[in-house]
Amino acid sequence: MLKFPIYLDYSATTPVDPRVAEQMIPWLCERYGNPASRSHAYGWEAEKAVEDAREQVAALINADSKEIVWTSGATESNNLAIKGAAQFYKGKGKHLITLKTEHKAVLDPCRELERQGFEVTYLDVQEDGLVDLEAFRQALRPDTILVSIMFVNNEIGVIQPIAEIGEICRDKGIVFHVDAAQATGKVAIDLAQLKVDLMSFSAHKTYGPKGVGALYVRRKPRVRLEAQMHGGGHERGLRSGTLATHQIVGMGEAFRIAREEMSSELERVRMLRDRLLKGLQDIDATYVNGDLVHRVPHNLNISFAYVEGESLIMAIKDVAVSSGSACTSASLEPSYVLRALGRNDELAHSSIRFTIGRFTTEEEIDYTIELLHRKIGKLRELSPLWEMFQEGIDLDSVQWAAH
Amino acid sequence: MFAPVYLDWNATTPLDAAVREAMLPWLAGRFGNASSRHEYGRQARAALDEARARVAEAVGAHPTEVIFTSGGSEANNLFIKGAAAMMKPARIAVSAIEHPCVREPAGQLRRTGWTVREIAVDGDGRIDQADWQAVLTERPALVSVMLANNESGVLQDVAALAGGARATGAWFHSDAVQALGKMPVDFRALGVHALTVSAHKIGGPLGAGALVLDKRVELAPLIAGGGQERGLRSGTENIAAIVGFGVACERAASGLADEATRLAALRARLEAGLAVLGMRIFSAGAPRLPNTVFFAAEGLDGETLVAKLDRAGFACASGSACSSAHPEPSHTLLAMGVEAIMARAAVRVSMGRDTREADVESFLAALVRTVNELNSLAAVAVET
Repeated sequence: MLKFPIYLDYSATTPVDPRVAEQMIPWLCERYGNPASRSHAYGWEAEKAVEDAREQVAALINADSKEIVWTSGATESNNLAIKGAAQFYKGKGKHLITLKTEHKAVLDPCRELERQGFEVTYLDVQEDGLVDLEAFRQALRPDTILVSIMFVNNEIGVIQPIAEIGEICRDKGIVFHVDAAQATGKVAIDLAQLKVDLMSFSAHKTYGPKGVGALYVRRKPRVRLEAQMHGGGHERGLRSGTLATHQIVGMGEAFRIAREEMSSELERVRMLRDRLLKGLQDIDATYVNGDLVHRVPHNLNISFAYVEGESLIMAIKDVAVSSGSACTSASLEPSYVLRALGRNDELAHSSIRFTIGRFTTEEEIDYTIELLHRKIGKLRELSPLWEMFQEGIDLDSVQWAAH
Repeated sequence: MFAPVYLDWNATTPLDAAVREAMLPWLAGRFGNASSRHEYGRQARAALDEARARVAEAVGAHPTEVIFTSGGSEANNLFIKGAAAMMKPARIAVSAIEHPCVREPAGQLRRTGWTVREIAVDGDGRIDQADWQAVLTERPALVSVMLANNESGVLQDVAALAGGARATGAWFHSDAVQALGKMPVDFRALGVHALTVSAHKIGGPLGAGALVLDKRVELAPLIAGGGQERGLRSGTENIAAIVGFGVACERAASGLADEATRLAALRARLEAGLAVLGMRIFSAGAPRLPNTVFFAAEGLDGETLVAKLDRAGFACASGSACSSAHPEPSHTLLAMGVEAIMARAAVRVSMGRDTREADVESFLAALVRTVNELNSLAAVAVET
């Protein structure tokens, strides 16, 4: 029994796993104490629940629970990490390095710092979406204080060489921040091995609730930050504000499930993604965006040439997908991530991001394959460019008359 | 299960049943990202818009004046730092009894060249009029005075203060986190430029708050990114909490007058009982929230008293939750000129929708027993 629209937009957000909701609800309803209330049992038990969840988050990433700071989400964590580190270490230098393909929650704080007198290098990526380590090394300067590179890209799912970058940064004493919002439950994260100093996490990308995230702040060697939210001194002064017990409990449970089920889930998801890829690859003039090897198995981002992007999205509305990251879906600009891979505007516009998840079924994948074949066929029938392509005309050589 | 009678409603409140019903679907099958263009996203967007309208209605503002945040602390940080960032360094005036999440951000402004001016309060915690007039002559660019104090419950005449600030060209902000749901809060009528409110103080969930902001005030965002909340607060919207916030606002507004009367009567009964015990009640001579009693028993330690009351089955507080980890006397009381030793004796009882007369009676009985016990222990200590 298919439920429409079929949800294939797991990178935009995920449903709260019923097991997570079950853990959360008592803390939302009966056990409502403020975890900072030291004077009664309502407060104490809420505080304990928060600390237990902190352990669960730390366990997924092999860190110490003292290194976990609760925030309202990965966007806030990114802001805290980037602005917090830049402000603390600005005496040492004012140069930052990041990638052109980062989420706006990293790019915008960087732009803000530029307005405050910092310099930021936005590195290009290769055609496969991965950063070139040599280009990265070249970009380092004596006054570089912070590097921010995402673990898994939200649009194309590629996995950056975090371990290698970490080695380079540690060697030079540069603080290394990683936005891992799309990584939890999809790739193994071992902070005892990875030389990462700051790492941002989101709950709602890993079957937890919206409104909660975390920032990992390394203790050995010690990393310092300027707090961005001031007040009651919560989270050892790094992030003031009453902690939302039920949301935190939800994140803890979501990360516990991720830790326990990741390997079996990866296998199943990879099978489904590969099925989808195989089913769509026989459509002419399709291009997979981003490296297929260094990529999470949940993501398939494909451009369909000679199909107008908006028409395509409307034609396949039985399937809930994304064309460009959700956070920028409101503006109809071609995805800057796809442009960074070298895709032109038309191809960027005619791309679809399919992201598979815990509750995706084979039936849903098969329906999607059939739907895409049918709709793309119809749309191309209407496309003069498609007709020209089929006649063998090299469209790049055409001199288009201006109107 | 050991369930103390809950008398700490100013710290946080139990979730209202209607709020629970409204929220549960958003922790289940309705999970879309409001920025997604498909049906799941549109459903989330519609719920977000509806909640925004409810919050706006409850505070007498327009929906476009409501900026959702993760809570009251964030909204206070956003206003103070965000407004200051768009101005040349100048002067910010804050009352001497603000919550740390107003005091601390204001203090941080010093690092960029701002002057912080504390507005004195009198023995009841009311803004000292002479000092206020002095502040106005100093022409602060920003002013922040809370509508209701979380510890003693004292109310400020914010409409009058805002009027005075407007006349000198300052932006006026008021932290109304404790006021909403206990008294009428009308953004337009108060004449403030900005107001902070929070869901978990009015029967809503933890994790949602709002800065209500006059659109003439330019604000730099605290959290930058995907551009949500018209660029003023980025980050995927927490639909479940925001939906809960909207319903909580609606519920808090309904029957407000009757509820305030009922609470005031309970407060009066409690204070009569405290008077018999010779307790001092802070801000007694000033207009206060109807649900709050901040009192002290001379010679006793508030922390100890509160711990024993918890054992006896009553959850209350010795000063605000946010600072209960630090064993310092109440900042509000010190600003009111109360001696530190008296401030350390303070206990706060704050009541709410579930509080009944029987709770007040049994609390008083337990208080009498506990105070007698502590006094006799003290007597023994003195003898030996």
